Amino acid sequence: MDNVLAFGAASGQAARVDAVFLLILVVGVFFFFLTQGIMIYFAVKYRRRVPGRDNETPDIHGNPMLEFLWILIPSLVVVAIFYYGWRVYTDQRTSVAGATEVHVNARQWMYEVKYPDGRTAINEIRVPAGKPVKFILSAADVLHGFYLPDFRVKMDMIPGRVTTLWVQPDRPGSYQIYCTVYCGTGHSNMLARLIVMPPGEYAEWVEHGGREGGEAEGKEPLHERGERVVKGAGCLNCHAVEGKEKIGPNFRGVYGSTVPLADGTSVKADEEYLRESIVDPGAKVVKGYPNVMPTFKTSMPPDDVRAAVEYLKTLK
Amino acid sequence: MEAIGRPEAGGNGGGYLAERGWRSWAFTLDHKRIGAMYLWTTIFFFLVGGVFALLLRLELLSPQTRYFSNHAYNVFFTLHGSMMIFLFIIPAIPSGLGNFFIPLHLGARDVAFPRLNLASYWVFVAGFLVIIGSLVAPMDTGWTFYTPYSAKSAAAVTTLSLGLFLIGLSSILTGLNFIVTIHKLRAPGMTWHRMPLFLWSMYATSIIQVIATPVVGVTFLLLAAERLLGVGFYDPAKGGDPVLFQHFFWFYSHPVVYVMILPAMGIISEVIPVFSRKPIFGYKAIAYSSLAIAFLGFLVWGHHMFTSGMSPLANAIFSFLTFFVAVPTAVKVFNWIATLYKGSITFESPMLYALTFIFLFAVGGLTGPFLGALATNVQLHDTYFVVAHFHYTMMGGTVMGFFAGLHYWFPKMTGKMLNEKVARLAWALVFVGFNVTFFTMFIAGTRGMPRRYAEYLPKFHTENVISTIGSVVLAVGILVMCWNFFQGLRKGGPAPANPWRALSLEWKAASPPDTENFHEIPIVTEWPYGYGTPKA
Repeated sequence: MDNVLAFGAASGQAARVDAVFLLILVVGVFFFFLTQGIMIYFAVKYRRRVPGRDNETPDIHGNPMLEFLWILIPSLVVVAIFYYGWRVYTDQRTSVAGATEVHVNARQWMYEVKYPDGRTAINEIRVPAGKPVKFILSAADVLHGFYLPDFRVKMDMIPGRVTTLWVQPDRPGSYQIYCTVYCGTGHSNMLARLIVMPPGEYAEWVEHGGREGGEAEGKEPLHERGERVVKGAGCLNCHAVEGKEKIGPNFRGVYGSTVPLADGTSVKADEEYLRESIVDPGAKVVKGYPNVMPTFKTSMPPDDVRAAVEYLKTLK
Repeated sequence: MEAIGRPEAGGNGGGYLAERGWRSWAFTLDHKRIGAMYLWTTIFFFLVGGVFALLLRLELLSPQTRYFSNHAYNVFFTLHGSMMIFLFIIPAIPSGLGNFFIPLHLGARDVAFPRLNLASYWVFVAGFLVIIGSLVAPMDTGWTFYTPYSAKSAAAVTTLSLGLFLIGLSSILTGLNFIVTIHKLRAPGMTWHRMPLFLWSMYATSIIQVIATPVVGVTFLLLAAERLLGVGFYDPAKGGDPVLFQHFFWFYSHPVVYVMILPAMGIISEVIPVFSRKPIFGYKAIAYSSLAIAFLGFLVWGHHMFTSGMSPLANAIFSFLTFFVAVPTAVKVFNWIATLYKGSITFESPMLYALTFIFLFAVGGLTGPFLGALATNVQLHDTYFVVAHFHYTMMGGTVMGFFAGLHYWFPKMTGKMLNEKVARLAWALVFVGFNVTFFTMFIAGTRGMPRRYAEYLPKFHTENVISTIGSVVLAVGILVMCWNFFQGLRKGGPAPANPWRALSLEWKAASPPDTENFHEIPIVTEWPYGYGTPKA
C-alpha cells in the first residue's frame, strides 16, 4: 500500500488509513460514473430532436420502489464506510504500552520539544524506529496543529489542555511536521521535523547528551555550527536571511549595524546585543516589530548561542 | 394582511420598475425591489470576494511570498472567506431571489411583513457598513474566528463581530418573514403538496436561519465581551475553554451550509423539469428531503472538530450522524436525474448551469465521505482537500444554482432577454476554469498541503500554478457572464411573460411583474409540474 497516495507511508498504521481512503475512492468513483454517466446518457438520448417541437414525454411522477432502493443502498454504503473509518481510527487512538514519550509545546511560531530525561530541542523531534511514540501536546498562546502527513495523523494543540497522539514509526527517515490550525502571521512558517533513527544510532545520540556528531563537534568551525543551530532552532521561520522580511528583522547585515529600538533609543548590534536578543528578546525590541519572540535561555546552551552569533556575523 | 391592501403605482410597461428615483427604492415595501437590492448588494460582494481570491491565487504562484507579506495574505483569505460566506452566499439566494420569487411562486402580492422585509435589508446594510468600518485594522483570523487567536489579535475583531451580529439579525428577520409568508399567503387551492419545490427548500432554509443564527449572534457577543470586558469565556487562564467557541461556532456554521445549499437545490428542482418537459420525479421525496437535511444538519457540527481533542466516542457519534446527511442529498440527485428520463431536453443556459450543479455537486458530495470517515478525516482535516471539497459544494453547488436561477429568472426580473450565445460561452469558461482551479486542490490536499499557508513547500508548486491558471479562466468566465447581464439589461430584447413555457405562478405575471404581481390572485387547481404529455 506504500506510496499509493503520492507520498510515502511511514508506518503500517498509515497504510491502514490509505486502505480506508482507497475504499472510499473506489466507491466514490463508481457512484460518480454511475450517476453522471446516466445523467449524460439521458441528456443526450432524450434531447429535443426537432427544433421547436417537443418529444412526447410520459407523465411519470415517481416510483416508490426506486425511491426505496435509493434510500436503502446509500444508507448501507455509508454505514459500511463509517464503520471501517471508525475502526481504523479507534485503533489509532488506543494507547499503546511502552511508548517513547515526547512532550511538544507549541507557541507562535515554533515547536518546543522536551524529552522525559530533560533534553530539549526546537522544531526537531528524534525518536527510535520500531517503537511506538506518544506525543503529549500543549500550546502556550493560541491554537496550533501537529500534522504528520507521512503517518496520516494530526492533532490540535490547545492552550489549557493536553492532547495526545500516537504513531508507530516503522521506518527510519526524516518526516515533515506542519502546523495546521491557523495561528497568525507565521503560521505557514511553523514547520518541524520528526527524525526517526535506527535504534542503535538513537541510543548513541542519547548518550552524547542529545547532540549530533559527537567527535566532529570539536573540529567544526564555530560559524558552521552556528548555522546548524540557527536552522535547527527554527530562527529562520521568522527571520529571513535573503529577500522579503518575515515576522522579525532580517539577519543579513544586522551585525555591526545601528538598530533603532521601540523605546526611541538605538543600539549598535555587537556580539553582546545579539546574544542578549537570543536569551532575552524582550529586553531591546527593534522598532516596528512585534515583541513576540520567546526566550531561548533554556533551550539553547551558551555554546550554541555563541556559535549562532558567529554565524550571524558572517551574514554581511 | 397589510400586504394585500398595499399595491402602489400600477404596472405600466415597466411593471414594478416603472417608478424612478432613489426614494422609490430606499423606502420601497415591494418584495421585488427589496429582492433586487439584495441581489445587487450580494453580487457586488461576490465580485469583491472574487478579487481577494485572485490575489490569493496570485501570491500562491510562488512558494515563498513574493507580492504580499504573510500578514497581507492572511488578511486576504479572511476577507475572501468572510465576504463570500456572510455577505454573499448566505443572503444571495434566500434574500435576493427568495424575496423576489417566494410571493410570486405563492400567488401572493407580497411577503407577510413588507416593512419587516425592508428593515431586514437596511439592517443588512448597517451590518456591512460596520464591517467596512472594521477595515481600519483588517481581520487576519480566518472566517472562523477561532479563539484564543481572535481574542488576542490586534485586528478590529470586535467591530467585525458586531457587524456580523447585525447581518445575522437581518437573516433571522428574513427567515421569519418567509416562514409566515409560506404558511399564510399561499394562493387559494395551493396546498402544501402543490407548492413548487423552491418553496419547500426556502421553507427548510428559513427554519434553519431562525433557529441557528441566534447561536452565532450570542457567540459573537461573547467574543466581543471577552475582548472589551475581559470576561474569559474562551480563555483557559480564566477558566474558559477555546474549544467551547468551536462548538458554538459550528453549531451555527454547520447548519448554515444548508442555508447556503438548500435554496440552490430548490432552483435546480424548478429548472430541470421545465427544460426536460417532464414532471419532477419524486416530488415528495425531494420536498421532505429538504426538511430532513435541515433537521440532520443540526446534529453533525462536531465533524468539524474531530482533531480538537473531543472524546473518541463523541467523534464516533458525530461521524455516524454525518453520514446520514448524505442520504437525503443523494435522493435529490437521483430524482433530478430520473426526471431527465424520456424527457424532451433542451440546453439553454439555465439548464446548462443546472446540469453543471449536479455534476460538480456530485464531486463535492462524493468527497464528503473522506471527511466524514474518522480515519481519513484525521489525515485530511485542515488541508487543501477540505478547501477543494468546500468549493465543489459551495461554488460548484450553490453558486452554479445561483447562476442557473439568475439566467432562468432574468427575463422575469428585468423584462429583457439575455444573449444566449454569450451566456453559453461564459458557462464553458466557468466550467473549465472551476475544475482546473479546484480539482488540483484535492491532489495538493491529499499530498498533505495545509490550508491557510502564505508560503508552502516547493513540492506543491505545480498544483498551485495549475490552480492559479484555472482561477484566471474562471474569473474571465464570470466577467463575460456579468457583461452579458449588463448588456441584457441595457439592450436585451423584450421578454414575453413566459419564455420557458413554465407552469409555476411567477410566469403568469407580466415580465417584469407589476407592483401588485397579479391583477387577480390566481386560483390553483394543480401542482406546477404537469409537463408530461401522456400518450393517448
